[in-house]
Amino acid sequence: MTGAGTKVHLTREHGLALLAQMLRIRRFEERCAELYTQEKIRGFLHLYIGEEAVATGVMETLTPEDRIVATYREHGHALARGISMNAVMAEMYGKAAGCSRGRGGSMHLFDRETNFYGGNAIVGGGLPMAVGLALADRMQDRAALTCCFFGEGAAAEGEFHESMNLAALWKLPVLFVCENNLYAMGTRLDLSEAETDIAAKARGYAMPAEAVDGMDVVAVEAAARRLGTEIREGGGPRFLECRTYRFRAHSMFDPQLYRTKEEVEAWTERDPIARLRAWLEEVRYLHAGDLDRIEAETADEVEAAVAFAEAAEWEPVEDLMTDVGAEART
Amino acid sequence: MSVTTYREAVRAAIREAMQKDERVFLMGEDVGHYGGCYAVSKGLLEEFGPERIRDTPLSESAFTGAGIAAAMAGMRPIVEVMTVNFSLLALDQIMNTAATIRHMSGGQFRCPVVIRMATGAGRQLAAQHSHSLEGWYAHIPGIRVLAPATLEDARGMLWTALDDPDPVLIFENALLYNMEGELADDAGAVDIDRAAIRREGHDITLLTYGGSLGKTLAAAEQLEGDGISAEVIDLRTLRPLDEGTILASVARTRRAIVVDEGWRTGSLAAEVSARIMEGAFWELDAPVGRVCSAEVPIPYAQHLEAAAIPQVPGIVAAARAAMGR
Repeated sequence: MTGAGTKVHLTREHGLALLAQMLRIRRFEERCAELYTQEKIRGFLHLYIGEEAVATGVMETLTPEDRIVATYREHGHALARGISMNAVMAEMYGKAAGCSRGRGGSMHLFDRETNFYGGNAIVGGGLPMAVGLALADRMQDRAALTCCFFGEGAAAEGEFHESMNLAALWKLPVLFVCENNLYAMGTRLDLSEAETDIAAKARGYAMPAEAVDGMDVVAVEAAARRLGTEIREGGGPRFLECRTYRFRAHSMFDPQLYRTKEEVEAWTERDPIARLRAWLEEVRYLHAGDLDRIEAETADEVEAAVAFAEAAEWEPVEDLMTDVGAEART
Repeated sequence: MSVTTYREAVRAAIREAMQKDERVFLMGEDVGHYGGCYAVSKGLLEEFGPERIRDTPLSESAFTGAGIAAAMAGMRPIVEVMTVNFSLLALDQIMNTAATIRHMSGGQFRCPVVIRMATGAGRQLAAQHSHSLEGWYAHIPGIRVLAPATLEDARGMLWTALDDPDPVLIFENALLYNMEGELADDAGAVDIDRAAIRREGHDITLLTYGGSLGKTLAAAEQLEGDGISAEVIDLRTLRPLDEGTILASVARTRRAIVVDEGWRTGSLAAEVSARIMEGAFWELDAPVGRVCSAEVPIPYAQHLEAAAIPQVPGIVAAARAAMGR
């Protein structure tokens, strides 16, 4: 269970933690899909199912001081970063107890406590933000790095080019993590990109870049840790392309006419959760009862989050205009 | 009092802000080694070094977005965008991030960034360097929009803007950079909430801002010769509008003309006019008039360009028409 060339000593404890984290994300989102069909959750809902290894593996390597910039498919990032499931679920409902007080919804999860800067629904829009956060850290001599998640679709945006150039030019502490799930909404990579090797694009900005099997959480973690160390040592930005796949549609409105069942099935066989589980069994890290215990704990957490969100208060309509700007000066 | 220019006043404001606060830095195209597109930042690189007078590539979206995020992470950036036309390349970051992040994050994040840019026509730079789009920005909740028209405001608005917890956009009319006048040696921060009465009068209120203030004051002088006493209001802050000052003046004079270098359709002038209608309709003795730019991309040829934007005779004519003369 390692990517080529990486050596990771994986303890039983750590292996189980990775498994549990990926399962948390998956079970949470499966429940969200149900709640969506029940119209408890509205708006756009972009599920991360199939891609859990990326957020889980990368987030393992970050410190509390590091900053996270994510996309509209960010439930996995938010949960893996440590935003409480209650706060995330309440945000899905649009409740005041949500992590964005009901003003952001599924696509705009924010959390100051964990340095989680969203939740950006403009493809590529988070890239300049990562550059600026890293610039501020560098200018203030902080040790933090900024980890910026984005899809391969963002590589077609001008902001990708501008941000890669600026980060590399100024040698800023940014870990760019491209979640290449092969489809920009419903458009296949080779129909949207002249150069389909995304890591190669990054190298065009004199930035060390590599690609990793994004369905292998250990390989993702190993690569992110190594690149993160290089960044922290002052090496400037690094680029990690994680080759992954979303098992579900782009959003709940997507009939998925653009890809075949066979393709989805072929990728499903590489399910990152099943793979890690199989490996943990093979090396006898997964003991009898472990999986049942993890599943039961996860189910409890998810149901508790649903109950929390159901019971939570709506933000009063009188507060509609709050947080547009600072309170008016007198 | 010393004689200074608008350009020098802006530069002095930047220098003072950088001396007072380590977190302040200037970032933009050609601000450093070249000395500033409009020579505003000339000499600052030597004084503060390349970390704080930061030349950027021609990539408005990335460096504006970087400034916005740097502000979110504790810095106080001044982002210089060469002209408002180029700011459209950064509109995603200004609109979708700077203006929304406080609300969308439930109040957890805020970005005290200041974004300065040149605006306006009159230098024969043709359509892609001459437009006045500050009215568009004034449409957006979550940002503050300033238009310094005087030396005092050029000197004083920046510091107040840097103190503001929210994003502030400052529009400097490019024709004003050479404007020369007396400025108090101890000139400092000014408020950025209120409009100013630049000339008192009792027959009609002329409302304007930025590059049209001088023309409007000149028109008021002419009107005085015709026996018409015009009050001139400098809006100063285009968002949020100081409705109190506007309506109080119109209540006194009972007539109003709005002078705006933006296009008439959907303009800031339209907004000001509508506010007067909503708030002072029963005080009016004449319909609110407007003097705006012609609905044309600003042309290159000098006579055409001059004809496209508000000028003194047009302002005088509009005021006379409102007076029934």
